[in-house]
Amino acid sequence: MQKIIGFIALIGIAIGIAWWSMKSQDEAQQADAVSSDPLKVGFVYLTNPGDHGWTYAHEVGRQDLQAHFGDKIETNFVENVAEGPDAARVIRELVEQGNEVIFTTSFGYMDPTLKVSKEFPNVKFHHITGYKRSENMATGNIRFYEGRYVQGVVAGLMTKTNKIGYLGAFPIPEVIQGINAFASGLRSVNKEASISVVWVNSWYDPVKESDAAKVLIAEGADMLAQHTDSPAMLQTAEKAGVKGFGQSSDMHEFAPNAQLFSSVNNWGPYYIQQVQQVMDGSWTTGEGPDHWAGNTWNGLSDDYLVLTEFKNMPADVAAKAAAARDGIASGSLNIFEGPMMDNKGNQILPAGTVLDDGGLWAMNYYLDGVLGDLPN
Amino acid sequence: MYDDLLLTVLLTSVPLILAATGELVVERSGVLNLGVEGMMLMGAVAGFGVTSLSASPYFGMLGGATAGAVTAALFGFFVLGLATNQVATGLALTIFGTGLSGLIGAPLVGQAIDGLPAFIVPVLSDIPVVGVLFSLDVLAYVSIGLVASTSFVLFRTRLGLVIRAVGDNATSAHALGYSVLKVRFYAVIFGGMMAGLSGAYLPLVLTPHWAEGMTAGRGWIALALVVFASWQPWRVVGGAVLFGGVTIMQLAGQARGWSVSPQFLSMLPYLATIIVLVAMSRGGRAERGAPAQLGRIFLPPR
Amino acid sequence: MIRLSPRQNVSPNHLLLVPVLSVLLSICLGGMIFAALGYNALEALYQFFVAPLLRPDQIGNLFVKACPLIIIGTGLVFCYRANIWNIGAEGQLIFGALGAGWIALYLPESWHFMMLPLMILGGMIGGALLAAVPAFLKTRFQTNEILVSLMLTYVAGLVIDWLVRGPWRDPLSFGFPLTPYYPDAALIGKLSLPVIGKLGQLHWGILIAVGISALGWFILSLTLAGFRVRVSGDAPRAARFAGFSPTIVTFSVLLVSGALAGLAGMVEVSANIGQLQPHISFGYGFTAIIVAFLARLNPAAVILAALIVALSELGGDSAQIAMGIPKVVTGVFKGILLFMLLAGETITRYELSLDMRMISRKMSKGDADV
Repeated sequence: MQKIIGFIALIGIAIGIAWWSMKSQDEAQQADAVSSDPLKVGFVYLTNPGDHGWTYAHEVGRQDLQAHFGDKIETNFVENVAEGPDAARVIRELVEQGNEVIFTTSFGYMDPTLKVSKEFPNVKFHHITGYKRSENMATGNIRFYEGRYVQGVVAGLMTKTNKIGYLGAFPIPEVIQGINAFASGLRSVNKEASISVVWVNSWYDPVKESDAAKVLIAEGADMLAQHTDSPAMLQTAEKAGVKGFGQSSDMHEFAPNAQLFSSVNNWGPYYIQQVQQVMDGSWTTGEGPDHWAGNTWNGLSDDYLVLTEFKNMPADVAAKAAAARDGIASGSLNIFEGPMMDNKGNQILPAGTVLDDGGLWAMNYYLDGVLGDLPN
Repeated sequence: MYDDLLLTVLLTSVPLILAATGELVVERSGVLNLGVEGMMLMGAVAGFGVTSLSASPYFGMLGGATAGAVTAALFGFFVLGLATNQVATGLALTIFGTGLSGLIGAPLVGQAIDGLPAFIVPVLSDIPVVGVLFSLDVLAYVSIGLVASTSFVLFRTRLGLVIRAVGDNATSAHALGYSVLKVRFYAVIFGGMMAGLSGAYLPLVLTPHWAEGMTAGRGWIALALVVFASWQPWRVVGGAVLFGGVTIMQLAGQARGWSVSPQFLSMLPYLATIIVLVAMSRGGRAERGAPAQLGRIFLPPR
Repeated sequence: MIRLSPRQNVSPNHLLLVPVLSVLLSICLGGMIFAALGYNALEALYQFFVAPLLRPDQIGNLFVKACPLIIIGTGLVFCYRANIWNIGAEGQLIFGALGAGWIALYLPESWHFMMLPLMILGGMIGGALLAAVPAFLKTRFQTNEILVSLMLTYVAGLVIDWLVRGPWRDPLSFGFPLTPYYPDAALIGKLSLPVIGKLGQLHWGILIAVGISALGWFILSLTLAGFRVRVSGDAPRAARFAGFSPTIVTFSVLLVSGALAGLAGMVEVSANIGQLQPHISFGYGFTAIIVAFLARLNPAAVILAALIVALSELGGDSAQIAMGIPKVVTGVFKGILLFMLLAGETITRYELSLDMRMISRKMSKGDADV
């Protein structure tokens, strides 16, 4: 018996060694051919691209990027990477495998990306939605909140109960900006309506998102918005016969009657622009180490944020939504414009002024129209 | 308004009731299966997949139960057939089930199904407040039936006596001529079936799509619930409504602008579980709920 | 049908061969799965088991990944040897990180020269405190420690969540749930090895881990205290006759394993993260349970077992990056590997035989039916 086991083990080891040596020969040959290799671009994803939300939008962007450059580039991605030390290891591994441009697509990758960027000065890093930079690490972002203003306008016109439900993941600036932009749009058309915010404390927990949506509907909300990633809220809305807005990607397949429209994060143009700059040698990391805005912080104006078709609403509402969208895109409509009051009655901006980007990132208040207090 | 909130609480509780009742029987027979989360995910993906293929949520229920039972059989083979450590094997089962469900579910991502319809009992459902109890779906009614029959079988039948004997004193049960391993194996399978049904409930009723890891820790809550219920089936129902109620209260409180710390609210059920455990252990031996041989390996003597 | 009888003495050959065979078997099964999914099976296995060992920095990372598993696993071995089932190491790790983090964030500057020793102490006390709860309840009320330690893990996760979102949150974090960065004195540095130099992310926490594993082996096998632990687990009645207090044994193994889990939390945060955040562990406390069993409850073998588990983790990443194999597939493979290793455990410990009587009974029944 033992002899047999030993024999099998020996064979296994022999096969292993043989394969190993073959492999290293392969690699030696590959190393010779490196000069004509395509530019390798790596992506780090927080969840599976099938989430139909945040990561899915990045995956679509990656595919656009690949399609645009064809065989001039080679893209790779790693999914389900936990935020924290594991992320640093994965990013390093992407570098070791020859990726020269790396996009890390969640806020929690900020410090790991920064750390690794210092170890590999020749690799170009992009961190999405953060604020720290280095010599070779840029930040990228989209003005997500612009779409939420339009959502507020539609919700304000459509609501009958004047109660809007809003699902938040975490009370971070990006989410607060969205809530306040929604409130600004809502109050621009309807002074009576107000927003109830529920924090799910997760980006992605379909069952809990669905629970939160049910609770909000039970509390009388007839319009739902979300800053979480799964289609669960819209499915719940569909079943309950109320309306809502999709997040990050088009979710109408999950809720054909409930989705009014969805704000789609269109990363393709951003990725294409950045990779093109790398190829041209014109790539920079922007204005300084701790600047908020990304290399480019665009939204509706450059199609970085795209609103899907306005559906399930009367034509006059759709027309007003389109007007708000076009106003934001052309710059004629300011979302955060004085006089601006928070929901405690304090003035945030005097009349005639407009909130700048720094002010956007320093939001630690709810605007008039949002119920309750910001956590902590 | 309160009707709707109550309904939401009940719907959230159903998967907890199902999984916990199954695990309760497993633990009563002396086996601790920490793989509930893995079995639930297998049930969820099978429930969704079968429904998507057959266009019938009832086949989906069957599919979920079967997948849970098959996954549990794997666990049973290892801990009973090969006498591996139950804690380690249960953890391995969760890792395995999470991976396999994601793999099977990959082509299902992005699809939507028609879930189980609500089965509204005429007349009764019109009663204020209580009426909610009669506007649930079939699986919710079935879950209560399963609790009732579990309670009946465990405490009123010979089979139940054998299961409990095997969990409390395997050596004596063996001496009396019962096959300890066989009883435990069937208990494990039953637990898997229930966990599978519980998992299937998520895509069939709560959110009609499939997502990797969509149970998000509910299997672990079910484990806590068994202890909270001190291994009494009917208390599982109370506990599940309490756990579900706390979850929903947190959300409703926020929607109304109450300032409660969600973390402390979430902690309460777990702390209550520990207190229940202590209270039970202080009681006399007869009242002590925990099966005496929970988690212990039993090897039938020759 | 399968009959298990404990082996009287286990040959050293067995000890070595069986795990190798388990790994080979899971390689075969895994290869079949990879092939069935349309991947090149050999290449996938190569990425899993060989690629992570080819570069020195990867070997360093392997030890980094194994480090918390070694520390926690050693503590758990003590518990499990004494037949005390602590499965709450994950929560104890979090409490350890909190104990150490409190010192890192609030220790006055003039005390910084004492920072790391105090943090180690804080981490161990934090972990031990949480483990003291099941110890107290077990010894005082005979409450089941498996369940209490598991419940406390959920509580610990909520406590850290509350702290980093509330009282301990960095006012400059723009609302993100993060504490301020630890001061430099509170960070564990990279380890510079003689001749080789720095090896990936290898930090000197690994020295703590290896030291603890060795110390654990020494205490458990060669001291009276270790003897007490072993006797209490193997023969509780004999232990009582010999006058070993079960209360003291229960308390000491739970406190030791809690303290070590806490230490692992301290090391993990100080060496790899540098600040507290809602999730610091990714299940090390649970994975370490598997590690303890793979090591057959031997502190010295914990290092090897932790390395194998860490390798499957790193291998999964490299297979994904190089070949696009999704993470769920590597999860399945990891599950199979664990099952095979657990089964291997059984083979080393028991003599397996098919129960012929039962089979023949079944067969004759079948004949009768025909």
